Amino acid sequence: MANKKLHSLAALFKTPDEIINAAKKTTEAGYKKFDVNTPYPLHGMDRAMGMGQSKIGWVTLFFGLSGATFIFLFMWWCYAVSYNIVVGGKPFLSIPAFIPISFETTVLFGAISTVVGMIAVYFKLPNNSHPLHDTEYMKAVSADKYGLVIEAEDEKFDRTEVTEFLKKLGAYKIENIYFPEEEKYRMFAPKFILFLVVVAALTSALTYVTLNKLMYITPFDWMDFQRKLSAQERSDIFANGEGMRPPVEGTVARGYMPYPYKGQTNPAQVLTNPTIPTKQVLVLGKRKFLTFCSPCHGNFGDGNSRLQGQFPNGPTLHSDKIINYPDGMIYHIITNGQNAMPSYARQVTRDERWAIIDYIRVLQRAQNAKESDLKLANKESVSNVQN
Amino acid sequence: MSKIESGYVKKNLPQTVQKVGIILAAIGLVLGIAGFVFDSYRASYAYLVSYLFFLSIAVGSLFLVALEYAAGADWSTPFRRISEFFAAALPLLLLFVIPLFFSTKNLFLWSHANYIQNDKIMEAKSAYLNTPFFVVRVIIVLLLWCFFYWIITKNSRKQDSIQDQLLTKRNITLSVIFIPIFAITITLIAVDWVMSLESKWFSTIFGVYLFAGVVLCSLGVLTLSAIKLKEKGYLHSAIGKDHFYSLGTLMFAFTVFWGYIAFSQYMLMWYGNLPEETFWFMQRWDGGWKIVSILLIITHFIVPFFALISYEAKTNIKRLKFMSIWILCVHFLDMYWLIMPSMSRNNHAYSFSWIDFVYPLLFIGVLILVFNKMAEKINLVPVGDPKLQRGLNFHL
Repeated sequence: MANKKLHSLAALFKTPDEIINAAKKTTEAGYKKFDVNTPYPLHGMDRAMGMGQSKIGWVTLFFGLSGATFIFLFMWWCYAVSYNIVVGGKPFLSIPAFIPISFETTVLFGAISTVVGMIAVYFKLPNNSHPLHDTEYMKAVSADKYGLVIEAEDEKFDRTEVTEFLKKLGAYKIENIYFPEEEKYRMFAPKFILFLVVVAALTSALTYVTLNKLMYITPFDWMDFQRKLSAQERSDIFANGEGMRPPVEGTVARGYMPYPYKGQTNPAQVLTNPTIPTKQVLVLGKRKFLTFCSPCHGNFGDGNSRLQGQFPNGPTLHSDKIINYPDGMIYHIITNGQNAMPSYARQVTRDERWAIIDYIRVLQRAQNAKESDLKLANKESVSNVQN
Repeated sequence: MSKIESGYVKKNLPQTVQKVGIILAAIGLVLGIAGFVFDSYRASYAYLVSYLFFLSIAVGSLFLVALEYAAGADWSTPFRRISEFFAAALPLLLLFVIPLFFSTKNLFLWSHANYIQNDKIMEAKSAYLNTPFFVVRVIIVLLLWCFFYWIITKNSRKQDSIQDQLLTKRNITLSVIFIPIFAITITLIAVDWVMSLESKWFSTIFGVYLFAGVVLCSLGVLTLSAIKLKEKGYLHSAIGKDHFYSLGTLMFAFTVFWGYIAFSQYMLMWYGNLPEETFWFMQRWDGGWKIVSILLIITHFIVPFFALISYEAKTNIKRLKFMSIWILCVHFLDMYWLIMPSMSRNNHAYSFSWIDFVYPLLFIGVLILVFNKMAEKINLVPVGDPKLQRGLNFHL
């Protein structure tokens, strides 16, 4: 006992009123280095201990503001400088959208810095121990008693005087607190650092193996791996290392027919209708006409369409001009487009275009029927289809 | 009990209070009537602004009383009578609402039959927005508030003489019933009196927006009068720095709450960018209103936020007094900003008129008179309340 160094004298009290009175008296007696431990926060204690305002608020303010500044600059750089994306037609630097995030970051940085700052300052990191730990006094104040500690480092400290003083305040128990035998706990002992290194190495190795090896072990491959070349895969069979081969010159894609008359005003002489207007061809032509032509030209080719008034009106197909067009001319117009009409080469194939022309001829005949046509129609043996 | 009695002696307020009240109310009344004579259209809007300001203080004070009971707070018990006195203005709301009922044609487009005709949206809305239902709704809301005011303060007053703890318990039950009713009714008031000025505009957060302003305003008037009364020695002597600090904290909290709600309302409309919602903000960004809008953000949020954030500010009585007056002014500005732009529907530019500033005189005068009248009969501190001693002992 004699060799031990005294840290402080600790007094225990039974009621909150006593402890507030004791703190007040201790302040009045002129002690500076003393502390109070209570199981819960007591109203009025700050004033009784003569404490000023805590400075921790400035830490919160500083880090809160830096959090807001940081995230604002970050968002500005992301959205207005580095990678512009239009969101809802707003400007790239649209402050209202940034405010909620800036607010959240202010709170986050402020809260974390307050807690970390408080721990760092009051616990005197990296110190992780205090002489008051593991004492009867600490057990009592952690449960239901109220304690006051006067430290030996105080200028006015005198062991007998302080004991008398504490007794006079009404302490029911006074405990001598000594520094622990080993005064300093080394936080960064070699063993501990070795432990940290081993844990770090193990964690890294396990993570690497899991993410790069374990994840790619295939228990059943279901013929996933075959000795063929996938698209865009590299291959050493060919000199340039490309797995995909370029097509030879003059290759034509399946179903694609080149159209050499583009831009010419009238190639009708060389284009003749290769189809025979059978029922099958006319059914195909009707279907394609209703899909692609009728939106502008109308279901009967008379220009009376459902888009009328909302769009440049498609002309009627029953004008003398069009009736007198050769099939090749109509084919040319469908393929290349004319005036407001775009090219339909991508939507309808070559054969379908000729089928459409056959159907247009049927419409022209049906819509401009003559007396003689009616007589023909009445004859059972003659069907419209064959015309 | 002896401690309580030694700290508080009931004194009547000085004669000047009543004089000031009468003078303000008289000037306000004369000029107010003149306003209606000169320009009844503008006067009805200006009157609505001040009426809502008056309503904020009256019903907000009753909410603060209920909040204290419901939350079991004891630090505010020594101040509760002040809020009760201001809540005594509630029955007067029924009287002062009458000029508004006569000017619905000036205020609300939906009260015109030819506006509703041939407009599908308005026809659908007219099931709710029609004059008879509107009048009935407002009267029911005001009567509900008066009923709760009457029954809660009656119990509180009775306690002064008989000191029955059961009365506190009864008031807790009443307050818990009142608070949800208040939530619904204040939303109805916000929708009916403010939102329906623009018949086609809608904002689901609007009730909360008005609520934030109402509570902030009633806290401002409570803080101001508590500081004034304390300085002149009309309150209990044990009321100290920590009590005022708590009032300051609440004012700060509701400043932030108001800012939060106001921004939430703005941001969703800004993001959505739908013409049927944004036009309301566009009106308030037109011409002179742009300056008022920016002024509102600065004075209603930024200034009080930084002025009240620190401990020193909230324990500095002078600063607190200044800020409570400030908050009353900005709440008036808030009401002004909500209502006046709807007045000139075609030309949104701000134009100054003396009419806008005469009705506050009337209502402030009336509030002072009501407070003075109540203070004549009733103790300024609820001496019979079981929580009072704890409240007086309150320390941070």
